[in-house]
Amino acid sequence: MSYWNPVEVMPVPELKALQLKQLKMLVYKLYTFSPFYRQKMKEAGVTPEDIQELDDVRKLPFMTKKDLRDGYPDKLFLASPREVVRYHASSGTTGKPTIVGYTQNDIEAWSESVARGLVSAGVGTDDVLQVCYTYGLFSGGLGLHYGAEKVGAAVVPASTGNTERQIDLVRDLNVTVIAATPSYLLHMGEVAERMGVDICKDTKLRLGILGAEPWSERMRDRIYERLGIKAIDIYGTSELSGPLWCECSEQNGIHVWGDITLVEVLDPKTGEPAQPGEKGELVVTMLLKEALPIVRYRTGDITTVNEEVCACGRTHPRIGRIQGRVDDMIIVRGINVFPSQVEHSLMQHPEVGNEFQIVVDRKGALDTLLVKVELRPEAFGDRLFELDAIKDRLTHKLRDSLNVGVNVEIVEPGSLPRFEGKAKRVVDKRVY
Amino acid sequence: MSENDKYRIKQLSIFSENRPNRLGAVAKVLKEGKINILGFSIAEGAGYGVIRVLVDKPEIAKDLLIKDGFVVKFTEVLAIQMQDTPGGLFDLTDQMKDINIEYGYGYRNPPYAVLIVRVEDIEQGIRSLLAGGLKLLDNVTFH
Repeated sequence: MSYWNPVEVMPVPELKALQLKQLKMLVYKLYTFSPFYRQKMKEAGVTPEDIQELDDVRKLPFMTKKDLRDGYPDKLFLASPREVVRYHASSGTTGKPTIVGYTQNDIEAWSESVARGLVSAGVGTDDVLQVCYTYGLFSGGLGLHYGAEKVGAAVVPASTGNTERQIDLVRDLNVTVIAATPSYLLHMGEVAERMGVDICKDTKLRLGILGAEPWSERMRDRIYERLGIKAIDIYGTSELSGPLWCECSEQNGIHVWGDITLVEVLDPKTGEPAQPGEKGELVVTMLLKEALPIVRYRTGDITTVNEEVCACGRTHPRIGRIQGRVDDMIIVRGINVFPSQVEHSLMQHPEVGNEFQIVVDRKGALDTLLVKVELRPEAFGDRLFELDAIKDRLTHKLRDSLNVGVNVEIVEPGSLPRFEGKAKRVVDKRVY
Repeated sequence: MSENDKYRIKQLSIFSENRPNRLGAVAKVLKEGKINILGFSIAEGAGYGVIRVLVDKPEIAKDLLIKDGFVVKFTEVLAIQMQDTPGGLFDLTDQMKDINIEYGYGYRNPPYAVLIVRVEDIEQGIRSLLAGGLKLLDNVTFH
């Protein structure tokens, strides 16, 4: 097996000991030097002495996007301005952007994290990697760039836009790996076809490092079928540095480097750790960050965690594909329901389309869950019992996957609302 | 091509969810296309229904309905002529004992009456109905 850094295969007990040591140092440092964290810890009644084992991380207070926004531009920074070597900023769709600063060591740890991921996915010195993420305040472009350069790949910093030129570059520079959003990669495929370029035959593309937007296993299959590109899921957000972790060539979970990051996956309702394989909110502590320290940051992303050693031999924990946002979660009769689960179930039924709407209501004291789906014209054939059978199959499938009673309504194609940007699939009619 | 094919009548089957005035929407499309409705039924399912219509210009009607967003399929049905007198239906059912009827609906068209049926095996159905001495209407009667 080839890996970038021997720490990737460190035995689990040693890794945990290393994490505990780093966590203790981090908490001590923040309690001593960061007015923000010191205040937060005092409010929570925690001191550095309370961190004696890894699970003690749960004694520490959470940090949210709001903390970062309130700290604009650099109130939460621990490093002095002269130690900062770079700034990135999040898009700030809901108001002020959040500013993330980096020291030289922060850039180094970030690049190291990306480099390990790329190597685990099969990227090396022989590769030519085209970065189609934006370069600039958005951390995607430069994050991938530094990681790829570190492993010795040739980087094509194409950024975004001018798709035809991007395709020319892919073909003419023998690009083997492309880092992009999955939807942009599919778009490139369509443009290439119009240009008369066959991605499979006319280019050397074999690997896609895809992220920065939610995508699915079905999209992975589609990318492989249409473009012959093995798709690798990558995760990160600007608050944590930028793109940080990706799947290895096993494509079975995203390796999170435990010596750099401590992840928790928590049940959003109880705040308790989710069982392995159970969904929860990703909460991240960056163990080494200097400029903008991050402790128990609630990402709002829903995923699962798997602590088993990977088939590739790497011992660090893996997180699953991001399955939605905490903000999208609905609680029906005490059960957490995510629109992504519904979407996933519907995908397995070709009789219905991908558009759906979830209606939650309350009859007496009981919550009701209704899923509306659009019938595919091809699935209709005059007989009522065939429609009833489709409805029954969907109802059972959804009940099994959501673990809660659900009714299904089959509606006419095109009758559900369409969304330009972020889809709003849940209608909650309950009165509290 | 079988000579019995002339008895196959093109019925429009339209998927309709339970929403106010979906029937009105179908009727409006047909009116605007100057399509005449010859026979008609509504079947109710769980939250949706199937509207089944016989019209004079099925191809045009189908195109117009699809353009308006409806899910439409052609279904082949048979039109059996019966006496417009008491016992007319009984005389007919007596000859249909061995045929599996999925659904049916009737209308009166003096001097006789008509029963529209969808049968499980249409070729088999035509043969047994004719053998039983029943009169099937030719599709040129409709289209």
